[in-house]
Amino acid sequence: MSETNQASTASLTTADGVDLKTSLQRAERRSRRRAFLLVLPLLLFLMIAFVFPILDMLKRSVENPEVSTLMPNTVVELADWDGDSLPNEEAFVALHRDLVAGRESRKIGKVATRLNYERSGMRSLIMKSSRRAKRLEPPYQAAFIDLDEEWGDPTLWRLIKRESKPYTFSYYLSAIDRQYSDTGEIEAKPEYQQIYIQLFLRTLWMSMLITFLCLLLGYPVAYLLANLPMRYSNLLMILVLLPFWTSLLVRTATWIAILQQQGVLNDILVSLHILTEDTRAQLIYNKTGTIIAMTHILLPFMILPLYSVMKTVPPSYMRAARSMGASPLLAFRRVYFPQTIPGIGAGSILVFILAIGYYITPVLVGGQGGQFITNYVAYHMQTSLNWGLAAAIASILLFVVIIFYAVYNRMIGVDKVKLG
Amino acid sequence: MQPIKLLSSAIVAALSLGVTQAHADNHGEKEPLNIVSWGGAYTESQVKAYHEPWTEKTGQEVVNIDKAANGLSGLRAQSEAGNVTWDLVDMLPSNAIVACDEGLVEEIDHDALLAEAPDGTLPSEDFLEGSISDCFIPQIVYSNIVAYNAELFEDGDAPSKIADVFDLENFPGKRALQKKPINNLEWALIADGVAPDKVYETLETDEGVARAFAKLDTIKDDVIWWEEGAQPPQLLADKEVAFASAYNGRIFNAAVNEDQPFEIIWDGQVFELDGWVVPMGKMDKVEDYLKFATDTQRLADQAKYISYGPARKSSAENVGQHAETGIEMKPHMPTYGPNFETALPKNDEFWADNGDELAERFNAWLAKS
Repeated sequence: MSETNQASTASLTTADGVDLKTSLQRAERRSRRRAFLLVLPLLLFLMIAFVFPILDMLKRSVENPEVSTLMPNTVVELADWDGDSLPNEEAFVALHRDLVAGRESRKIGKVATRLNYERSGMRSLIMKSSRRAKRLEPPYQAAFIDLDEEWGDPTLWRLIKRESKPYTFSYYLSAIDRQYSDTGEIEAKPEYQQIYIQLFLRTLWMSMLITFLCLLLGYPVAYLLANLPMRYSNLLMILVLLPFWTSLLVRTATWIAILQQQGVLNDILVSLHILTEDTRAQLIYNKTGTIIAMTHILLPFMILPLYSVMKTVPPSYMRAARSMGASPLLAFRRVYFPQTIPGIGAGSILVFILAIGYYITPVLVGGQGGQFITNYVAYHMQTSLNWGLAAAIASILLFVVIIFYAVYNRMIGVDKVKLG
Repeated sequence: MQPIKLLSSAIVAALSLGVTQAHADNHGEKEPLNIVSWGGAYTESQVKAYHEPWTEKTGQEVVNIDKAANGLSGLRAQSEAGNVTWDLVDMLPSNAIVACDEGLVEEIDHDALLAEAPDGTLPSEDFLEGSISDCFIPQIVYSNIVAYNAELFEDGDAPSKIADVFDLENFPGKRALQKKPINNLEWALIADGVAPDKVYETLETDEGVARAFAKLDTIKDDVIWWEEGAQPPQLLADKEVAFASAYNGRIFNAAVNEDQPFEIIWDGQVFELDGWVVPMGKMDKVEDYLKFATDTQRLADQAKYISYGPARKSSAENVGQHAETGIEMKPHMPTYGPNFETALPKNDEFWADNGDELAERFNAWLAKS
């Protein structure tokens, strides 16, 4: 800005004598504040409903407060223990003090539950010892080993020392089928206990397959929607939206009625003599069931973005390509298809991210083979009560989604996504 | 604009919910009791035997919540959130031990809190031996059994042993089993020839566990896994399965009240208790109800509606006929002599210790299809 320019703006004033620049700034500030106030509820909602729960989940996946807060004396004594020999009498005195205090506050059960995740039998050992701790006489080392010889096992003490830090990676290790060995190194879990990696991979490939099927089925429908005369396309749109507005549970339950062994589809196939009574197809309670039901449920999420993009492609482009001698296929491939890529991108990322976190449909129609990793998040929340592990699995799922999103952004670009 | 609109409607909805909530609180003299139980025929028996007489006597309403299958996680969540809404929870003893250890439920002084037997016997003497624990008030003895649909088998060739469930050649058809390791591992070992009193000893060893899973492998492809207690009678009735593991009362209920052709294989039944725990801070509210609902008469009454044995010795002689059909209840009880010969008591301590690890292994085993 030049000197003269500034001087000339400075001399301008509004009708009531206020400097124009100041007045303008005020007005802008006011409208900014109003805009901010308008989005404030949304911002608060996002903070409360998304940001805080996700932070809490991330915290829970690593936090490990049980041993460090409920056995403080033992933790201090174990700090300079060499890790090989049996801990000395002071450590056992501290253990005694912690167990008696934990019994009185009735919180020692949390330590028992936590340690039992790492080593079966710790629950009853801790609980039994805390119940009897009050009656034990010094020297405590001998008394505890007399109570249960497990207390004489250095690997058990190494476990307590390892889990005495306020943060742990053991939930994440569990979530990728790894564990700490007795000596504290990371090792694979025994083969018969490995489950999660396989489930993550299954969730990914089935989600990709579902996305691909949605694209395959949705693309022609979206094309028709965008290109049919209004009165037909309106009807078609209703046919797309009606299931979309129907409850998810109703749609899933309907698939059960159709696909089960005594269901409609099998009945028809049997009456047409394609199948016999004995060879009724198992179409549900396995991967097939999950894929069919989820493809149907997620289809509108593919069709609608595709439609909104196709609607903006002028039909004259195709006619122009044809008039210049391109075959219908070539015209489609070189002229029409490239213009729909933003819609394909938007639909695919939407369907894929929804699919990867899907829960209720796999539960109802997936049987054993069609379960997703999300079902195990729910299992650890509700049944096994291992919330740390549930948080770790969910966090990994979140990272995976973020990675896919980043890759997608690199390859196609989020700014190209069109939802309408 | 759309999200703001959504949010404002959400706020309106939340506010109106709050209003109705406040309204409900003011209504009536006594707040209703929120009682968590297992749903289905079991809750029904509690309603008839405990809740209805209680409401009649005091005017206090009872709200039934069918969430007992997730009772422990619910208690934990409510206690972490600092807002316990459940007043009384029906729970298995193994979970009651965990809830007690973690300080989620009140400790119980059974003799001070509960009613004496009609002859003056103290509750601690009157309840079955070893059935009460620090925070747990037993109600019933129930049993996990395997039942079959008699229409699917010839009269002479009906299954009678737990080993028959694992015999696909002579007893074809799908099996419905509960989707957890408990009971299934025990049955696999019994079917494999382990004596009932050696089952838990065997399961303590790695070889024993491997042996149980190997036995389950032999029927894995023919198993449908159930999760809710109401499912097995349904699956049996639809003939989706030939065998189903179940709680014995559910099968009794379907056979007697709904005339289903179900038979119970009592061999290898795994029996255990079921009872109440009181969430932390709720003792004052439920004290009177508890005393009423666990007295000798009420426990005996419950056995008129479902074939579970009362947990009080003094109730046993009052067990008579089924309330609606008038059939004799005693032969349908898990503890009835001939039914009880090869019964296995569920080892709560074993499952408290090994449950996490075995559940993990069981899930991994299931996922490998």
